[in-house]
Amino acid sequence: MSELYKMTIEEAGRLLRAGKLSSVELTRAHLERIRALDDKVKAFTLVTDDLALKQAEEADRRLRSGEQVTPLTGIPLAIKDVICTKDITTTCGSRMLENFKPPFHATVMERLNAAGAVMLGKTNMDEFAMGSSTEHSAFFPTHNPWDLERTPGGSSGGSAAAVAAGMAMGALGSDTGGSIRQPGSLCNVVGLKPTYGRVSRFGLVAFASSLDQIGPFTRSARDAGLIMQVISGLDPRDSTSSPEPVEDYTAALTGEIKGMRIGVPVEYWVEGTQPGVVKTVRAAIDTLRELGAEVEEVSLPHTRFGVSAYYIIAPAEASANLARYDGVKYGYSYRDTDEMWEALEKTREYGFGQEVKRRIMLGTYALSSGYYDAYYKQAEKVRSLIAQDFTEAFKKFDVLASPTSPSVAFRLGEISDPYEMYLQDVFTIPADLAGNCGVSIPGGFSDGLPVGLQLLGDFFAEGKILRVADAFQRVTDYHTRWPQGF
Amino acid sequence: MIDRQTVIHIAKLARLGLQDEEIDVLGQQLSVILENIAILQEADVSGVSPIAHASRLHSIMREDIPQPSYPPEVLLANAPEQEEQCLKVRAVLEEA
Repeated sequence: MSELYKMTIEEAGRLLRAGKLSSVELTRAHLERIRALDDKVKAFTLVTDDLALKQAEEADRRLRSGEQVTPLTGIPLAIKDVICTKDITTTCGSRMLENFKPPFHATVMERLNAAGAVMLGKTNMDEFAMGSSTEHSAFFPTHNPWDLERTPGGSSGGSAAAVAAGMAMGALGSDTGGSIRQPGSLCNVVGLKPTYGRVSRFGLVAFASSLDQIGPFTRSARDAGLIMQVISGLDPRDSTSSPEPVEDYTAALTGEIKGMRIGVPVEYWVEGTQPGVVKTVRAAIDTLRELGAEVEEVSLPHTRFGVSAYYIIAPAEASANLARYDGVKYGYSYRDTDEMWEALEKTREYGFGQEVKRRIMLGTYALSSGYYDAYYKQAEKVRSLIAQDFTEAFKKFDVLASPTSPSVAFRLGEISDPYEMYLQDVFTIPADLAGNCGVSIPGGFSDGLPVGLQLLGDFFAEGKILRVADAFQRVTDYHTRWPQGF
Repeated sequence: MIDRQTVIHIAKLARLGLQDEEIDVLGQQLSVILENIAILQEADVSGVSPIAHASRLHSIMREDIPQPSYPPEVLLANAPEQEEQCLKVRAVLEEA
């Protein structure tokens, strides 16, 4: 067992429960990986060594006694730094929260802790989850293990890169416009955005509350199901969390997709999608057909309005959510004045980075007098149309298949125009607006760089998309490949 | 499309301080973004109701059960400045 980091959560869990491996060994192996590799990748904003080893010892005690043992007991995971961890710095990739220690745990953390999971540390991200490359982190950019000169995608780039490099067995991220699926695609890992309301948002620092969802990164679809099983479910502290019963995700993975109806949205192959991506994803869809799925084209006619509607709605909500950063209650505070308004404005000027400022400005503009109907109201109506597209499609299809991202990992610094960066999320945004679930899985490679296959499902159809993902992974080996030098 | 005056006005609404050079850059960037977003107006939304969220739930209420809250010192632990278990702010009203 010299390469413990290469195991899946399922494999490691089996050894842990059989007493053939200890969580302390497994955790140490990952902390050593972090020490050896994270200078290059920069996936973590904080490594919580001592806590991890303490949690691992406790997990080993549970494993020995057999009490409260779950599939995640003793499994080392990384957590995106937008998720509140009690008394542990939660920065959101921002100067504003550089020293912020939440007084409580997010619900997902309470659930992971109760399950006996081990937290290795907090992962880097675009500031306040706004971005598609992790270059908007106020601290440093994260590098893609598949090519260190390229971005891991974003905003959950640190989580995706940590899993891709074997520095964590799994991770949590958050998806508002594609921030789990797109980095999953660029880093060759599984990234699942649950149905809106499936996972509690309590303790997730708010970006756009009507869109945000927490979800897992893993190397296998099966592992994503194991994490989903623990973090999903009703939470009285999040009024948008759903009372819908949580299905047994492992049981959903039958390996059988014969007769499943898979729709291929014709609008998801827009001009500008790289030919290598198109070719790879077409081949991946052919594999699903060979497995017995009935594959047919489908139209989601309002797709072309998705990015525009999103870039009104998300910044509008962000401008309201980020109004709380006033330098009074917590976070960065400009002290060099006695004047109240100046203190407030300077706190926000120095505490926020460029992309956050841009979105606050855009959102404030869209909500301001004279523009509200033309922008915000119109965007909400278009959001209805996009949701209807999916409702119609899922009457006929079980799952929709498409590329996750129009491109493979791009170079750090390559995209400097803000709007061009926004287009990275053209295939992921519609599901966020509508609220349905989606997963990106390793779908193949184009010139040595990973290409993600996106599988979209109806509300609470996580089991179905994972079933297709798992069936695909049973006959392909893309998800088991490792980046060179790792 | 978004001139200097508009940027200054919006920044004021958002209580966001900006350096002088940021004003021009933001104006230009926001103009490009809004030009691209303008295709929203091409969508036929006649008879369509707006939706404000992706949730399929309505008016969820929690049981109203009294329970202890956090101690003040825990909630104030991140405060930049405090006095007698209160957040301290700068004077809101000027002295006459």
